[in-house]
Amino acid sequence: MKLLVPVKRVVDYNVKVRVKSDGSGVETANVKMSMNPFDEIAVEEAVRLKEKGIATEIIAVSIGPAACAEQIRTALAMGADRGILVEQDGVVEPLTVAKLLKAIIAKESPGLVIMGKQAIDDDMNATGQMLAALMGWSQGTFASKLTIEGDRATVIREIDGGLETVSLSLPAIITADLRLNEPRYASLPNIMKARKKPIETLKPADLGVDPTPRLTVLKVEEPPKRQAGRKVASVAELVDKLRNEAKVI
Amino acid sequence: MTTAADDLILGLIRIVDLPGLTAAAGQPLAAEDIEAVVREADRFAREAIAPGWQTADRAGARLENGLVRAPEHYLPLYGQWVEGGWQGLAAPEAHGGQGLPHALWSAVLELCSAADMSFTLCPLLTAGAVELLAHHATPDQAERWLPELVAGRWTGTMCLTEPQAGSDLSRLRARAEPAPDGSWRLFGQKIFISWGEHDLTENTLHLVLARLPGAEAGSRGISLFAAPRLLPDGRRNAVSCGGLEHKMGIHGSPTCIMLFDGAEAELIGAPHRGLQAMFAMMNAARLAVGVQGVGQGARALAMAETFAATREQGGKTIDQYPDVARMLAEMRATTLAGRLLALEAAASLDRARLLKSPEAEARLALLTPIVKAWCTDRGVEAASLGVQVHGGMGFCEDAGAAQILRDARIAPIYEGTNGIQALDLVTRKLPRDGGALLRTLLAEAVLVAPAIGQAAATVEQAIPAMLGAGGPVGASRFLDACGWVLGAAMVARAAAADPAHAATRDIFLRRLLPRAIAAAEEAMAG
Ligand SMILES: Cc1cc2nc3c(=O)[nH]c(=O)nc-3n(C[C@H](O)[C@H](O)[C@H](O)COP(=O)(O)OP(=O)(O)OC[C@H]3O[C@@H](n4cnc5c(N)ncnc54)[C@H](O)[C@@H]3O)c2cc1C
Repeated sequence: MKLLVPVKRVVDYNVKVRVKSDGSGVETANVKMSMNPFDEIAVEEAVRLKEKGIATEIIAVSIGPAACAEQIRTALAMGADRGILVEQDGVVEPLTVAKLLKAIIAKESPGLVIMGKQAIDDDMNATGQMLAALMGWSQGTFASKLTIEGDRATVIREIDGGLETVSLSLPAIITADLRLNEPRYASLPNIMKARKKPIETLKPADLGVDPTPRLTVLKVEEPPKRQAGRKVASVAELVDKLRNEAKVI
Repeated sequence: MTTAADDLILGLIRIVDLPGLTAAAGQPLAAEDIEAVVREADRFAREAIAPGWQTADRAGARLENGLVRAPEHYLPLYGQWVEGGWQGLAAPEAHGGQGLPHALWSAVLELCSAADMSFTLCPLLTAGAVELLAHHATPDQAERWLPELVAGRWTGTMCLTEPQAGSDLSRLRARAEPAPDGSWRLFGQKIFISWGEHDLTENTLHLVLARLPGAEAGSRGISLFAAPRLLPDGRRNAVSCGGLEHKMGIHGSPTCIMLFDGAEAELIGAPHRGLQAMFAMMNAARLAVGVQGVGQGARALAMAETFAATREQGGKTIDQYPDVARMLAEMRATTLAGRLLALEAAASLDRARLLKSPEAEARLALLTPIVKAWCTDRGVEAASLGVQVHGGMGFCEDAGAAQILRDARIAPIYEGTNGIQALDLVTRKLPRDGGALLRTLLAEAVLVAPAIGQAAATVEQAIPAMLGAGGPVGASRFLDACGWVLGAAMVARAAAADPAHAATRDIFLRRLLPRAIAAAEEAMAG
C-alpha cells in the first residue's frame, strides 16, 4: 500500500509570530520555517506503518514556494521514499490544497492519506475534511491511535467528550492529533540518504487546478494585549470589584 | 537575533566555504545538506540533550561496587545518540562512518556541548580515538575496533595523565610487559581519566601511554597501547576504576582513577613512538575542547539574553541598561569570534586532508593552540558575565548560570593547560617558519578589516621577542593577542557575509580589539 503524506512549511513553533506592518498577514521574511508539527506526526505514523510492513512506499507532498523542498527533505530524512513539490507562491487556500491533493491521488492511487489535523500557522483544520469530501472517502480525524487490518483502519479519535473509536474502510483520510506518536529525530545517515531520494516538481496547472484564492483577507491584527492583574486587599473588595467593575456576578 | 545554529550554518557555507572545499575535493556537499545536518543536530541537542543538563549536574556520576553509574538519563540519551548515527559523522566511510568534513563535526559538537558538556565529552573522546586509530592502527586492529567505535557501540578514552605526569608526560611511569602470545600486559595508575569507566556501553577501548621494558627515560621512551574493558572472550580485562574525583563542574562526566593491573593490551604503531601517535588524538581533542569553550559561551549568552529581556528593574527590562547591554554584546562578540575561528581551524584540517594542502596543514598547526586556549578563556569569561547579568540569581544554582561557569572552567585546564598551549604556539609553531605564517594571517586580517591594522601591527612587533628569550614569559599574553586579532577578522568576515552581524563587528573592532594591543604589549614587557 502506498501512503501519501502532505507536509506544510510553516513558521517554526519556537518563533514569536509578528503581524506585518501593513496588516496584510504575518511576517515570514527572515523567519525560521519548519515542517508543521502535526505533519511530522503524520510522517512518523507513515514510517511506522512502513516499518511494520503495512505500507510499501511513502510519498511526501508539499504545496507552496520552492523552499518547501526543505520540508520534503525532512520527511525523506525521517523515512519517506520520494517527494512531490507543487510549486505555488502566495496564499494557497485549504480548498486549493485539497483539490491539488485529489489530483495527486488520481496519479498515485495511495491506499491511505495521513496528514496533520491542522497547520499551526492559520489553524484552519479544514484540508483533511475537504479532501475526504472531494474524494468521497472515509475520514478519521484527530487520530490518537491508528491500526490497519486488511482493508480497514481503526482510529481512536480525540473528541471533546473523550475518545471515540471508528472503523473505516480503505482508502481513507487520517488526520493526526498530538498524541498519535512522538516523531523521531532524523538520523545522520538518513539525512545523507535523503539527498539522493527523488523530488518531482509540478505546477498547479500540471494538475489541472486553478490556485487563485477565493477569499480576501481584509486585515490581520494582533490579539488585544492582556491587561495587568490587580491585587485586592480583602474578600469584600474582590466581591465588590467583581460585581461593580467586571460585572460578572 | 541569530541563533548558534544560524551562525554555524552561515560560517560553514559562506565563511569557510565548505561547499566549495568539498566540491574541489570531488566529494561535493551542498549548502542545503549542511543546513539540514546542522538543523537536525540543533534540534537533537536542544530537545534531547539539553533538558537533563541540570539533573546530571546534581546527580553526578557515582561509583558503586567498583562500577561507575552515569546520571540515569544518560543511558537512554546515549542510545538516541547512537541511533542517530552522529558518532560517525567525520569517521571514514570504510569503517561505517559518513566521511563528512571535520568542520561539520565541529559545528555539531558545539551545539551538543552547549546542551550538556559532561554528556558530550564522552562522544568527543570516542571521536578522538577513532581519529587516532584510523591513522595508526594496523588493518587488523582497525577492522576489530573501528566499526564499534564509529557506531558508538564502544567508547574510547585517552589515558595519559599520572599523579607525577600531568603537563610533563615525559615523567610517566606506567609500564608494559611482554606476554607469551606477543601481546602486552599493562601495569600502573592513571588519574583524571574522563569517562574511564561507565555504564553507557558494554565495552570501552582505553588508549594508554606506557613504557616498554628498557625504554629510554623521557618522552622518547613512551609507547601507545589499546586495552579493551572487556576482552574478546567476554572476560573483564584487568583494568578498573579505583575512584572518582569530586569536581567543581562537569559532574555528569566520571573522572576516574584507572588501575591497570596486568591488563591485556596491544601495541599501537611503532614502539617508543606513542607520543607522536597520541598527538593525532590530542590535536583533534584540542580543537574539540576549544569548541567546548564556544559552546559554554553560547549557552551562557542564550540564557543571559532571555533573562535580561524579562527581568525588570527601575521600570524597564535590564537589557535596556547600557552596562547590561555591554555585557551581552561582549558575550555575543567573543562567542561568534570563537565559533568561527574554530570552524576556520577545522576547515583547515579538511583542506589539508581533502586537498592534500601542506599550507592548510601549517595553518591548522598554528591555529590549534589558539583555538584551544583563546576559545576556552573566552568561554569562562562569557560564563562569568552570564552570572553577572543574572545578578544574585546567577550565584544561585537554580538559574543554571552558575553551572555553566563551573562546567566551563575545566576547558582551559585539560587537554594541555592554556599555558602549555601558549608554549606550543611560541616555542614550537612559531619557530617552524620564523613567524612567517602568523604574519600572513595577520595581514589577511587587516585586508578583511583595515581597522584591525594597529592591533595586527602590535602583535607582529611582538614576534621577535616571542622567538627569543622573552617567549616563555610572554607566551600566554601573546597567544591571547593573536586570538583577539584573528577573532576580530572572523567577525568582520561574518558581517561581510550577513549584515545581521554588522553591529557585533563594530563593537568587536571598537571596544574589544584594543585588548589585543594591551596583551601584545604585556607579552613584550617581559
Ligand atoms: C576533569 C578532568 C578531566 C580530565 N580528563 C583527562 C583524560 O581523559 N585523560 C587524561 O590523560 N588526562 C585528563 N585530565 C588531566 C589533565 O589533562 C591535566 O590535569 C592537565 O594536563 C594538567 O596537568 P596537571 O593537572 O598535572 O597540572 P600540572 O602539570 O601540575 O600544571 C599545574 C600548573 O603549572 C603549569 N605548568 C606545568 N608545566 C608547565 C611548563 N612546562 N611551563 C609552564 N607552565 C607549566 C600549568 O599550566 C598549570 O597552570 C583531566 C583533568 C581533569 C581535571
